[in-house]
Amino acid sequence: MSSHESNYQPTTRFGKWLDERLPVNRLVYDQLVAFPTPRNLNYLWTFGGILALCLVVQLITGIVLAMHYQPSGEEAFNSLDHIRRNVNYGWLIQPMHAVGASMFFLAAYIHLFRGLYYGSYKAPREILWILGVFIILAMMATAFMGYSLPWGQMSFWAVTVITNLFSSLDSIIPGMGTAIVEWLWGGYSVSGTTLNRFFSLHYLLPFVIAGLVILHIWALHVVGQNNPAGLDIKSDSDWVPMYPYAVSKDVVGMFAFLLIFAWFMFFLPDYLGHADNFVEADPLVTPPHIVPEWYFLPFYAILRAIPSKLGGVIAMFSSILVLVFIPWLDTARVRSAKYRPIFKWFFWLFVITCIALGYLGALPAEEPYVTYARLFTAYYFAFFLIIMPIVGIIETPKKLPGSITEDVLGPGGGKGASAGAAAAPEKR
Amino acid sequence: MSSHAEEPNRRDFIVLAGSAFAAVGAAISLWPFIQQMNPDSSALALASVEVDLSPVASGQAITVMWRGKPVFIRNRTEEEVKAAKDFPVADLPDEVARNANVAADATATDENRTLPGHENWLIAIGICTHLGCIPKGQKIGDERGDFGGWFCPCHGSHYDTAGRIRKGPAPRNLDIPPYAFVSDTQIKIG
Repeated sequence: MSSHESNYQPTTRFGKWLDERLPVNRLVYDQLVAFPTPRNLNYLWTFGGILALCLVVQLITGIVLAMHYQPSGEEAFNSLDHIRRNVNYGWLIQPMHAVGASMFFLAAYIHLFRGLYYGSYKAPREILWILGVFIILAMMATAFMGYSLPWGQMSFWAVTVITNLFSSLDSIIPGMGTAIVEWLWGGYSVSGTTLNRFFSLHYLLPFVIAGLVILHIWALHVVGQNNPAGLDIKSDSDWVPMYPYAVSKDVVGMFAFLLIFAWFMFFLPDYLGHADNFVEADPLVTPPHIVPEWYFLPFYAILRAIPSKLGGVIAMFSSILVLVFIPWLDTARVRSAKYRPIFKWFFWLFVITCIALGYLGALPAEEPYVTYARLFTAYYFAFFLIIMPIVGIIETPKKLPGSITEDVLGPGGGKGASAGAAAAPEKR
Repeated sequence: MSSHAEEPNRRDFIVLAGSAFAAVGAAISLWPFIQQMNPDSSALALASVEVDLSPVASGQAITVMWRGKPVFIRNRTEEEVKAAKDFPVADLPDEVARNANVAADATATDENRTLPGHENWLIAIGICTHLGCIPKGQKIGDERGDFGGWFCPCHGSHYDTAGRIRKGPAPRNLDIPPYAFVSDTQIKIG
């Protein structure tokens, strides 16, 4: 995968025998032990590993929950109660899955903003970045379908509102939107039939995500990691082997993350959900105020900010799809925003915009909130479509360090002894 | 092969015909897997319901289920009918009747929203045309919006006493299902 030559040496006769037939040990050694990691990575780079952990947690808890859950309109709501009250350790495993979804998105958004700040989408990492956008999309579809499974009022009406987005296509070809919606529902309204198919797809999609993650990591290991300086690895003093350096740093990040995860799971297992979801789904009563889970709120705000139904749907999907194009929308020659004095401010304004949209998404759709949501929506798109191309041209970047080593040790650093010392500190 | 690149030979023909056959076959075998998701026979079988209207006095409303959807039935008062009739159609956001019992391009006059001879009865599918919430206004004490009809709390759509959209994000009037009076006090929906 990487351009580095493999220096894996099987130590046992069996290892040598296996290496000539299926070099799986060599693959692990080259990609996860000896893999060159920039020596200046900060803790924001631990979120890749944290996300891998999140996916594993969701897969294991999800497979276990499916052993006790009943995907039918009559039984689903009660089976959630059954899992929480009767199933051995169900009280632990169900919140682990539900809180785990929120934590997965928290980590994914930090990972995404990190990539945005340090220019990790720029050449040669375009495919790596686009695969990441596809992973986020697949995560959203999975989370949406998973949220329907408890079959409470919020589940039911979230499915109704979101599937009805497709009925906006009626304004392009009359009847097409309705046909698509009835096809998704398997009836003339959301029903147990819909729940059943969403359960099936909710079980399928995580494996699609896992496949995309393998491609994402593959692409990462071809082009190598970006780093806070946004420089390429040029000499041996610029990198350290992944094990033990990056791995041990990842573990520290993981434990910090798990502290927050555990705090929610043990003390606030339902805090991130909605009280309405403890009322069984009722197709005749809409809750007075429908809101999605927190991780969808900015996109929900964009949907509601546009006065036309179809326009709102297009804006909402575009707000994610625009990310696919930013490797070409950003015209800057340096990667890292650390060295971009103007862009840096626009970046932080963008972060504030996303948080503000999330806040407005939770509020009712009335004035003055709709006007604010429109302003922030305008900035959201302007950041990608106007600011990224223009600022890249007019801005003069700050002076970059000569190398990754200089970024860590200062100018003139990295000459002499430190090269070997970084790779083998115990012999220093 | 390379010397005959420009002249298709028998092998090229067989490869092309074979791949076309396989592509068409794959496309056809996809169809059952798409079609299985559409409403099944048991859903289609629930196509019609009969409703007795005799207990519903003037000013009252009931909700019945048809094809898993709520249908609003309101016995409108004379003032409510008049309010709907007096509003000019040209000022409506959606000028189409959306009534399965009249022509598809009929205008949204109060007459076209009801059946002749039974103009006090407004019978509409109780699903907001914006994103599918159930509007308020059927129960006593419900918020009925600015125009005395129905109000959708999800995104603030206001419907008038003829179920027509007057304010808010909904694109269409409430749909009128196909129905007929089988007797003076009995209707059949569907």
